[in-house]
Amino acid sequence: MKLKTALMGAVATVAFAPMAFADAHEGERGRDGEVKIIYWQAPSILNPFLSGGTKDVESSSLVIEPLARYDPQGELIPWLVDEVPTVSNGGVSEDLMSITWKITEGILWSDGTPFTSADVKFTYEYCTHPESGCAQATKFEGVSSVETPDDLTVVVSFENPTPFPYGPFVGGESPIIQAAQFADCMGARAPECTDQNFGPIGTGPFVVTEFRTNDVIQLVANENYRDPNKPAFASVTFKGGGDATAAGRAVMETGEFDYAWNLQLAPDVIASMEAGGLGVPVAGFGPLVERIMLNNTNPDPSLSAEERSVIRPHPFLSDPAVYKAMSMAIDRPLLVEVGYGQAGKVTCNWVPAPEAVNSDTFTCDVQDIDGANAMLDAAGIVDTDGDGIREKDGVPLRVLYQTSTNAVRQDFQALIKEWWSEIGIEAELRNIDASVFFGGDPGSPDTFQKFYADVEMYANTFNGTDPQSYLGNGLCAQAPSPATQWQGENISRFCDEEYDALHAQLIQTADASERAAIARQLNDIIVDRGGMIPLVHRGRLSAHANSLGGIDLNVWDTELWNAADWYRIGDNR
Amino acid sequence: MTDVSLATETAKDEKARNQWWDVWDQFRSHKGAMAGLFFLTFITLFCTAGPLIWDVDPGKLDIRNKDVRPIYTAIWDGDAKVSWARPMGTDHLGRDIMANIMQGGRISLAVGWTAMILAVLIGTLVGVLAGYFRRLDWPLMRFTDLVLSLPLLPLLLVMMLLFRDPLRAAFGPENGIFLLIVIGIGITSWMQTARIVRGDVMALKEREFVLAARSIGTPPRRMITRHVLPNVLSPIMVSATLGLATAIITESALSFLGLGFPSDFPTWGKILFDSVDRMTAFPERVIWPGMAISLTVLAVNYIGDGLRDALDPRIRGL
Repeated sequence: MKLKTALMGAVATVAFAPMAFADAHEGERGRDGEVKIIYWQAPSILNPFLSGGTKDVESSSLVIEPLARYDPQGELIPWLVDEVPTVSNGGVSEDLMSITWKITEGILWSDGTPFTSADVKFTYEYCTHPESGCAQATKFEGVSSVETPDDLTVVVSFENPTPFPYGPFVGGESPIIQAAQFADCMGARAPECTDQNFGPIGTGPFVVTEFRTNDVIQLVANENYRDPNKPAFASVTFKGGGDATAAGRAVMETGEFDYAWNLQLAPDVIASMEAGGLGVPVAGFGPLVERIMLNNTNPDPSLSAEERSVIRPHPFLSDPAVYKAMSMAIDRPLLVEVGYGQAGKVTCNWVPAPEAVNSDTFTCDVQDIDGANAMLDAAGIVDTDGDGIREKDGVPLRVLYQTSTNAVRQDFQALIKEWWSEIGIEAELRNIDASVFFGGDPGSPDTFQKFYADVEMYANTFNGTDPQSYLGNGLCAQAPSPATQWQGENISRFCDEEYDALHAQLIQTADASERAAIARQLNDIIVDRGGMIPLVHRGRLSAHANSLGGIDLNVWDTELWNAADWYRIGDNR
Repeated sequence: MTDVSLATETAKDEKARNQWWDVWDQFRSHKGAMAGLFFLTFITLFCTAGPLIWDVDPGKLDIRNKDVRPIYTAIWDGDAKVSWARPMGTDHLGRDIMANIMQGGRISLAVGWTAMILAVLIGTLVGVLAGYFRRLDWPLMRFTDLVLSLPLLPLLLVMMLLFRDPLRAAFGPENGIFLLIVIGIGITSWMQTARIVRGDVMALKEREFVLAARSIGTPPRRMITRHVLPNVLSPIMVSATLGLATAIITESALSFLGLGFPSDFPTWGKILFDSVDRMTAFPERVIWPGMAISLTVLAVNYIGDGLRDALDPRIRGL
């Protein structure tokens, strides 16, 4: 408990420290000179419609922008529009068939021409062109038309009632490109437009001056940016390539760069870099959760290929006393400390973010071995033959516990095996090469989908802020089986009528708070009824120089979403 | 009187003296070999009998006592976290490193020896047959080439896939994997031995003493066991010592990839690999298993060297 408080305190300090300075720092555009950003994956294009890579989407977000985007809390905020349309403000029609965006007046492209609804419509046509192979086509799925009644109004119509109409033109993956610039780049010609793809004209705070593929991007401040006092930096050097360790050192130890993205490194490695004293790591939390999946089917190797991990129930894991005791025996704060440090938080939930859908039903941050033992004793699951392992109806509680090969996961396995042994459950450990485990090959017995084990541990997440389709992974029909070539996302083969009915209700609901309430209930059902044991809420870790202010790490949108607000702390170099 | 008794005693001695005593005498004169033998005996006893004295469970986690440094660190760093109860220190989850080295050594040595013996047996058999019988030469050597071109990792992947569950059911998880790994390493590392032995056997076959032996009607079976094998013993010894090293190292690599033993089942190679990440902060975690592996391999090499000298009648002076 103490540890958790200390960790949260550390995270909070890091998160809020720059904010304290934010208001005090105003001034003219370009006052702070140059900012240097390093991404250890190098951008190869600045057109996110032709590349789904995070590095390309994020680098282009310095230049081109969407109509609305997500803030670090996962809430929608207007960006190039006056307000986010909802049913209550009339922006979304009652029948959920269309959404109307009102563009803010006076926004200019970096070449000085006005930003209009025609550009928005053009972006839709560009991406949905049948020959284009647009990387962000899913954003426009279900859109029947985009209309422009006037220069500042965009009406997006859908084929079916859409309770969550914020796919198109929202977030860093769906920015607006300039119609005039890309007019000759439609369809099959899109990849040939090198000049456009490497130097798009945008509404964002910076303009590309030089783009070297897979290496360096040079940018300068946009003279026509809507806020005359922003950006604070006159130029940006965006370096790509290397590895996470080198990037982390460049920011925190040597100070060559101001911002390093996505440092997936062990907590003690990060700590040793931080000791360099020139920068600090910042953590942001999306919905990524490390969890133990409980097999709801019987994985007995003596069953035939058609029955193994298909027929229900599991000999003992379906008993609430068993899986609840297994969960109680786990010391989650210790797991966080050992495995993720600042980039991890204790969670009892499958969907811990965004904040609105994070259920507070369960508490699990205190290990309770005695309580777990008592629970098993009370359920009549006791050690009858004196070998130290409990039996349920004569079946000993021996579990095969598999995961992918990864130093942190093997540490988790060792710790959890130890705790389970203290409550009379024996675990046999198995680790499988990640490319096989996550490979999805129906011929291999070791994939996580096949789940030829009693419990397995891995992490999963979803894109965007709406958990509807992610929660769909708990539906009976989604269970992998030989009939589906072992495809399907319901890995634990969880099956509950009430869950399925509630999910159907979620699809019909439009109101945001109601949706969140249903999502929380769904989360509670699957955790409470033996779908999984959530362990650690994992975050993304980036680092910035001590002298760089205004950073607010955003995991729901691009990390560079507020680059216009960044500034230099201290001397104005 | 004295002279007579001495003479009779010497005669009796000579009569009773086995040729292996000569080998032993020669072996003893090789200092490196004796040191190697001493170390191998020591490390074998350390791993087998050690846990009887040092009865700490190698898998026992003690998170409060994690990252304990070895006791000698206190000599130059008075503030270091050391404990007499953990003379070699503990790892990042608080597991006792000494107990792990002992347990890991048992597995590593067992895998190394078994796989090496298997490889040497197959290699010698194939090599002698191919070298001695002209008719068998072509098919056996082409077969050797074929196996030589088999990549070990994908082969083991397939073996894992096909045999892991049946072996696990028949022998339990640890023994099943042990068999699988030993056989996997054994059948993929005999080819060098086979090639070397074949070359030596072909050269020996043309020597006068072999011709002489054949002229008195020695059958091939006797010929191989009596005249050929003792003379190719030295290359076999050399490849056996190298094979032991390779087997230990291959097993480490496999465990690291998740193809070997389960992660809670320490072997020297696995302890080494697990410690590489924190090498700069805790060098001892790499040094202990690394020393154990390299010293064992070195010891076996010296023993092989000494044995080769001892087994060679020309050096022995007979």
